[in-house]
Amino acid sequence: MSATLIQQLVDGFAALMLLTSFALLAQHRMLSVLHWFAGQGLLLAATAAIVAYGTDNEELYISALMALLLKGMLLPWLLRRVIRQLHVHREVEPLMNSSMTMLVALGVTLFSFHIIQPIEKTSLLMTRDSMAIATACVLLGMLMMITRKKAITQVIGFLAVENALFFAAIGATNGMPLVVEIGIAFDVLIAALIFGLFFFQIRTTFDSLEVDTMNAHLIHKDDDE
Amino acid sequence: MNLFLATLLSPLLGGLLLALINNPRLAARLNVATGISTFIFSVLLALEVLGVKSVDAMDGWFHLDAYNVFLVVLTAFVGMTTTIFSGPYMRHELENGRVNERRLRLYHSMFQLFQFGMLLGFTTNNIGVLWVSLELATLATVLLVSLYRTPASIAAAWKYFILCGMGIALALFGTVLVFFTSSAVLGHGNEALNWTALYAHAAQLDPAVMSIAFCFLMVGYGTKVGLAPMHAWLPDAHGEGPTPVSAVLSGLLLNLALYALVRCKMLVDGSTGTEMAGHIMMGFGLLSLAVSALSLHKQRDIKRMFSFSSIEHMALMTFAFGIGTSLATFAALLHMTVHSLVKSAIFFTVGHAAQAMGTQKMSEIRGLIRHHPGIGWGLLVGVAAIAGFPPFGVFTSEFLIFTAALESYPWTTVPLLLGLLVAMAGLFRFVQPMVYGEAPDYAKHVHVNMTPVYIHLSLALLLGLAIPGFLADWYHQAAALITMVTPSVGGNA
Repeated sequence: MSATLIQQLVDGFAALMLLTSFALLAQHRMLSVLHWFAGQGLLLAATAAIVAYGTDNEELYISALMALLLKGMLLPWLLRRVIRQLHVHREVEPLMNSSMTMLVALGVTLFSFHIIQPIEKTSLLMTRDSMAIATACVLLGMLMMITRKKAITQVIGFLAVENALFFAAIGATNGMPLVVEIGIAFDVLIAALIFGLFFFQIRTTFDSLEVDTMNAHLIHKDDDE
Repeated sequence: MNLFLATLLSPLLGGLLLALINNPRLAARLNVATGISTFIFSVLLALEVLGVKSVDAMDGWFHLDAYNVFLVVLTAFVGMTTTIFSGPYMRHELENGRVNERRLRLYHSMFQLFQFGMLLGFTTNNIGVLWVSLELATLATVLLVSLYRTPASIAAAWKYFILCGMGIALALFGTVLVFFTSSAVLGHGNEALNWTALYAHAAQLDPAVMSIAFCFLMVGYGTKVGLAPMHAWLPDAHGEGPTPVSAVLSGLLLNLALYALVRCKMLVDGSTGTEMAGHIMMGFGLLSLAVSALSLHKQRDIKRMFSFSSIEHMALMTFAFGIGTSLATFAALLHMTVHSLVKSAIFFTVGHAAQAMGTQKMSEIRGLIRHHPGIGWGLLVGVAAIAGFPPFGVFTSEFLIFTAALESYPWTTVPLLLGLLVAMAGLFRFVQPMVYGEAPDYAKHVHVNMTPVYIHLSLALLLGLAIPGFLADWYHQAAALITMVTPSVGGNA
């Protein structure tokens, strides 16, 4: 494949990343959120594989495999089990209504394009646009963490931010060095396990997975005393 | 570099071993032994490194210079005294049923793992691995904060996890951006994340990318430093976790985050050649100082109150590193040392006070001096030290920070002075009624171990009276290292 074709492919994947980020924000059913999240993981693995092929970087195939197994399969499967066991299929009610969220998300995306503007030198595979999209996806994941009330959706937001970072790393720099990559993957895995543990503790302690209920304990503590 | 390996492996092996030990007494002893051995190795290592100024270990994966080896010793020292303190403290918690043996095992193991993460972060030469180890230390403390499994502690741990997770993700993005520009200069490999290589070629890195990267690194690591407005996790995590954990969070973990930030600032300064990074840090420092000084007055929980004092002091250090002159950097390093010593001593005392009174509410802690002179005086002297009273080291470092501010940015002394005064008023307003007066009936006798507190406070006193020559040299070396703006090594630039 020629370099231009690969660059176009990466650009295409960047556009799809942005689509999944918006979809994650727009979805209300827990399982659909999860499906889009798994889709994002698969997209990442595909991008990594393409870039690995285009640059003859063998380390990146390992990254692609890790993304496929961890982000595309293991994490969605774990989260699915949690959702099943805790019966949290219900609608997630966002803090802001959907149209408002979408408008803010649009603003965030424009802002990302604005801050990436000064970067002139871009890598062989990554155009400035896809760099801007990676930034936008990071910020959109954070927006998801802010606007959602349920602990599980907050975690999916957190993992979506990780995905966007991974995308930025493979797109902009053809992947971080393998040691760092493995370290990060390891951290994400531990984090996910701790999240999982927490879900059950939160559920048994608060009888709910709403973050507001939890924070009420901290706020009340201040008021009582 | 066998000493280096020993320093790093001691907490790791200790942590793994402690994960297998159920007997609380044996585990506490082993914990102390691990702490002591780590400390001894770190001191020997420091002596070796100071002789040769800087060392690369294990094919350049690790880099030791005056700046980080001093923090390694500080970390190992506070870690050691915390293990000594936590023995009787955790036994009391076990007897009162706040933890069971399984949780205690988790506590010991995670504590040493945290130490390992800290030491790895300080010594690694790779800014990616630095990020990973900061995350490792964070994850270990998340489990420690939720140790009591009370609703409030789980909520606090969740908040800590989410906020710091978000912050640290931004820092990773900043690191990715650094790699983005450095891989063009240094080639695509580990070399491009090596701090020493980056520092040597800082002038060749793209200033535009480095400026954007610094904004992300600032907010990311700033969250972990506890700078306002990203500080919301800090009081809750300090207030709800076990006291030894609050002590190391305040005294050590915040230092690692600030260390990472300063390392990044050195790269950005070298690349842009402007003072942009320093100014951003000064801004965050002043804002956090104001926010923490005011919030301190609103607190009702003793540990939360002192956690705001930690934010105040971290803000002061961030501000001083931001000024960036060699005097300011010297002052910031000194302040880092005395703050770690005094704040962990205060948390030790507060832990015992809370056990004696059976509560963390400041309105119910009364008459500490009458009840137990050691705790009462310990708290009073500790607070006098942290508030910056003359014979103690905090006074010296704050005075130096003032002098540096007056030299470079005279107008900043007004908000600085105001912030420190408001914070001091808050501290004494709460501490006076707690230490003086009659002891209430519900006060219980507790088995206390005040030795670590006395050691920390006397060291802080010593640093205030006269900084030993070798230590001053050390700070000078480190300050020279940090303030050297454009590295002369960048030969082919």
